[in-house]
Amino acid sequence: MHPAISIQNISKHYGALQALNDVSLAIEQGEFFGLLGPNGAGKTTLISILAGLVTPDQGHAAILGADVQKSFRDARRMLGVVPQELVFDPFFTVRETLRFQSGYFGIRNNDAWIDEILSNLDLTAKAESNMRSLSGGMKRRVLVAQALVHRPPVIILDEPTAGVDVELRQSLWQFISRLNQDGHTIVLTTHYLEEAEALCQRIAMLKQGEIVALDTTANLLTRYGSVKKDGEGKTDLEDVFVNIMSGGAL
Amino acid sequence: MKHGLNRPPLEYGSGFPTLLYKEVKRFYKVAFQTVAAPVLTAVLYLMIFGHVLEGREVYGRLSYTAFLIPGLVMMSVLQNAFANTSSSLIQSKVTGNLVFVLLSPLSHFEFYAAYVLAAVFRGVVVGLGVFLITAWYGLPSLEYPLWILTFAFLGAAILGSLGLVAGIWADKYDQLAAFQNFIIMPATMLSGVFYSIHSLPPAWQVVSHFNPFFYMIDGFRYGFFGVSDISPWSSLAIVACFFVVVSAIALRLLQKGYKLRH
Repeated sequence: MHPAISIQNISKHYGALQALNDVSLAIEQGEFFGLLGPNGAGKTTLISILAGLVTPDQGHAAILGADVQKSFRDARRMLGVVPQELVFDPFFTVRETLRFQSGYFGIRNNDAWIDEILSNLDLTAKAESNMRSLSGGMKRRVLVAQALVHRPPVIILDEPTAGVDVELRQSLWQFISRLNQDGHTIVLTTHYLEEAEALCQRIAMLKQGEIVALDTTANLLTRYGSVKKDGEGKTDLEDVFVNIMSGGAL
Repeated sequence: MKHGLNRPPLEYGSGFPTLLYKEVKRFYKVAFQTVAAPVLTAVLYLMIFGHVLEGREVYGRLSYTAFLIPGLVMMSVLQNAFANTSSSLIQSKVTGNLVFVLLSPLSHFEFYAAYVLAAVFRGVVVGLGVFLITAWYGLPSLEYPLWILTFAFLGAAILGSLGLVAGIWADKYDQLAAFQNFIIMPATMLSGVFYSIHSLPPAWQVVSHFNPFFYMIDGFRYGFFGVSDISPWSSLAIVACFFVVVSAIALRLLQKGYKLRH
């Protein structure tokens, strides 16, 4: 069985900046995986390589065994990406946006599934509204809907709750958790570490383009329990993150 | 909710028809700006130049107004085909929503074909609008409709492809405006829309032969009157070669992901 995501010796530089340096990683099918790191660590570059938006200088990446460069059609059909930026096409309504996204994947007559996504993301009432008229939170929901419209088995969410209110964050995580329970592989990047701790079974931490920690969430917390600075209270993922990013030993 | 993985597997077709439909719908939604406005511009050209140069004859038998109408129609076709691809692409790049197309399994050829065919469609719709309104001044003859259709399609496809190249290359609106104002506009205006090149001094006649837009206009006009500055077969050969070259450049840029995928 192929891993959901396979990354082998990926490197990428932009001019003098080494965005990724010989990164290797395998994410198994059905995992809820966290990809954490400070700004500029290389998370979005890695996601962009998986999505085919960025070509690596060296190395290979595959989605369920399909190479993202050589078998890009298969790879992209099995991958849904929620981009970090709040982007939208101002010409169209929510429903048109989702129909077009479905059509780009060559899927016709997908309205039943689109209606279900709209319903689960509380977008039904806004289905005929122009994208320009939506609030930031609503636009964020549409981004999630667009990533799901072709029913991908692997879903990557690049900071999907940035700037989103608490209510939407909770409803979004409930929905994504249900997708994960149903068998979808979820990869999440977020700066809300309590979300990652609650949701992710396994976590990789990136720093300056390199993986500096990779383990189950429970193991990371256990290994760092003994190095909590004040020696009191329960260790949380934020303590682990700060320790690792400041060069603490694993 | 029954989630995606529990459902029957999807059947995938090509994303090309959807991208084509989206590109057509994009300009249709703002048709007042993308269709009505260029038709009005062309009619104003006809009113002004037709009035000022009334009484002149071209090719020894055509009134200037009759000569001008096919030129204005073709100029509208070309300029609007260019505008469609270039403006759509630069808007999608600047606003960032091009990512939704780039995330899909569309090939570079499907991307090219959808954008260029939508440009051809807009160019032909605007050209038809100009023709129908200017026909009020006197319907020009339609000697060889197949030549008209051939040059309209090829001309629009070339300018649609050029618009794609410009849209890919430009990072900002002013770069695209420079491409349009300093390359497309002069090449169109100096292509024989408003005059026969036989009325030019010999040196400028030679220069005109290096302008590929001249052959598009001249061949298109031949379809109306059965008379042109050079043989329509020569124009067709040159226009077809130009189409192949521009298309190859656009396809190569898309395949490499130049300024689209990093």
